[in-house]
Amino acid sequence: MPTEPLVVDHVTKVFTSRRRTPGGGRQRVAAVDDVSFEIAPGAAVGLVGASGSGKSTLAAMITGAQRPTSGTIRFGGTDVGRLRSGGLRRYHRAVQMVFQDPYGALNPLHTVGYTLARPCQNLLGMTVHEADARVRELLDTVGLTPPEQFTGKLPHQLSGGQRQRVVIARALASDPALVVADEPVSMLDVSLRAGVLTLLARLREERGLSMLYITHDLLSARVVTDELLVLHTGRVVERGGTKQVLQHPQDPYTVQLIEAVPNPFALTG
Amino acid sequence: MHRTGRPLDDDRPPLLSARGVDVVYEPARGTRIWSVRGVDLDLAEGEFVGLVGESGCGKSTLGFALTRLLRPPARLDAGSITFDGTDVATLDGEELRRQRRGGFALVFQSGMNALNPVRTVENHVRDILRAHARTGEDWGRAEVHARALELVRTVELPDETLGRYPHELSGGMRQRVAIALALALEPRLIVFDEPTTALDVLVQRSVMGTIKRLQEERGFTALLISHDLGTVLEATERTVVMYAGEIVEDAPSRDLLTGPHHPYTEALLGSYADPRADEVDLEGIPGSPPDLSLDLAGCPFAPRCPLVEDVCREIDPALTPLGRGVAACHVRAREAGAQEPEARRAH
Repeated sequence: MPTEPLVVDHVTKVFTSRRRTPGGGRQRVAAVDDVSFEIAPGAAVGLVGASGSGKSTLAAMITGAQRPTSGTIRFGGTDVGRLRSGGLRRYHRAVQMVFQDPYGALNPLHTVGYTLARPCQNLLGMTVHEADARVRELLDTVGLTPPEQFTGKLPHQLSGGQRQRVVIARALASDPALVVADEPVSMLDVSLRAGVLTLLARLREERGLSMLYITHDLLSARVVTDELLVLHTGRVVERGGTKQVLQHPQDPYTVQLIEAVPNPFALTG
Repeated sequence: MHRTGRPLDDDRPPLLSARGVDVVYEPARGTRIWSVRGVDLDLAEGEFVGLVGESGCGKSTLGFALTRLLRPPARLDAGSITFDGTDVATLDGEELRRQRRGGFALVFQSGMNALNPVRTVENHVRDILRAHARTGEDWGRAEVHARALELVRTVELPDETLGRYPHELSGGMRQRVAIALALALEPRLIVFDEPTTALDVLVQRSVMGTIKRLQEERGFTALLISHDLGTVLEATERTVVMYAGEIVEDAPSRDLLTGPHHPYTEALLGSYADPRADEVDLEGIPGSPPDLSLDLAGCPFAPRCPLVEDVCREIDPALTPLGRGVAACHVRAREAGAQEPEARRAH
């Protein structure tokens, strides 16, 4: 059970353009601008915003793929921005990622069994035999049963929903405390989304997993998260309980986002 | 006797009428995938209709078939498509090309792939106007410019857009250019294939707004293809639901939303909710769609259907009138006291 919060403390990420402007300077863009928040153990925080709002940059910093320009990200005693190879690897036992595109996130030449055994061996130091048992357990957890039907399959032999379950199983392999999920259902058909979202919610409950859920889809954020941060041009413009924010948005940008969701149900009122 | 889902009180003459359309993909010798199966569809002059379904259900393939844009390995295997009194299913060469002007057009899903990366927006307009010029028409530089300017303004783009290359435009702008190009030949029917899917949420909203405004102002017939039932129900008068290559329900959008008849439509609606509601409960659909390379016995939704009965596994029901629309379901037809659905033509 995780016991430590993830603390994002006044984090800013500035990207500088390679090309010089006519004045001779370089263009600077603050993709993330002075953002602070905490994910308590077992909490699920949603990060919503339109394209370019900085949500994926923030995820990249939290998973250690990018370093903040200023500010710190702490997880337990670790300053994530200072981690190097070995430290980063240890950190990834505790913090894992689920990507948007289940087609691109899996190596097309690796079987499901191999894909899932790798993190068990690399991050947990398991033997091949131990990893084998773990793989079956993981497949069972994400609802790919019976496991022996899936271990030998290649990604192209699976449906989109099944592939995303494999990606989730891989993220769970090292028994992480926090999972960062970046638009995990946006590429799936609606009829499959509910299944994956229910799985994420169940994993949270059963494993006490914390989650950072990044999306532009307010409905899935509503289902998965209990706290919401609305990001606009790198800044947090609104935060609060998910239901509260969606029902009583204060910031005009939040209102705009909510109104952008096609909502035929409003017609039936 | 087939019926399509136009409301009984709608007496607008059909502009497009498809009957028994089958589309087959033959990617290799001996492999056949029946992507569109026995589709009947009427589109009235000036009507805004949505075509909704999930990945692989044949909705885009049907859109391509209706606008005669299928390319091998896909092929129109059977059926008739009547557009304004002419059977366009069998047209080819010059006669088909003539239908592109004032006839039917398609707006592709990805604005980037639909545009030529080494041509400016104005060049695109010029190419189209010249390729489809009628005898006696002269599309000189000034005439092309005037027409191109009018088109970009119609889709709410700044005048400078004309000199830009596709890579200089954002996704939303590119999609607007694709719409402008579709309008260039003043078609009477425009098929929009997932026009906003690749766009950001806020941009989606504004592009859909433009499409709706253009449709109302210009009165062309529009078929909006989308995987997103929410978008379709909100934008259109009538919604057609496809599953495994077949139309399973076709009804006024409002009726479909408040009282769906087909269990698949119902399940699809259950995958949506208002994120602002007090309680949000999403239900998915267990299982996955059937393999379309096989002959299907019975209703294609039967293996996933909560209402399934023996008859569903044996006879694929044809569309029958239910409420103000049509749906293909044995159980629901019986519940409503309607006539027992006939069998759909089998493959």
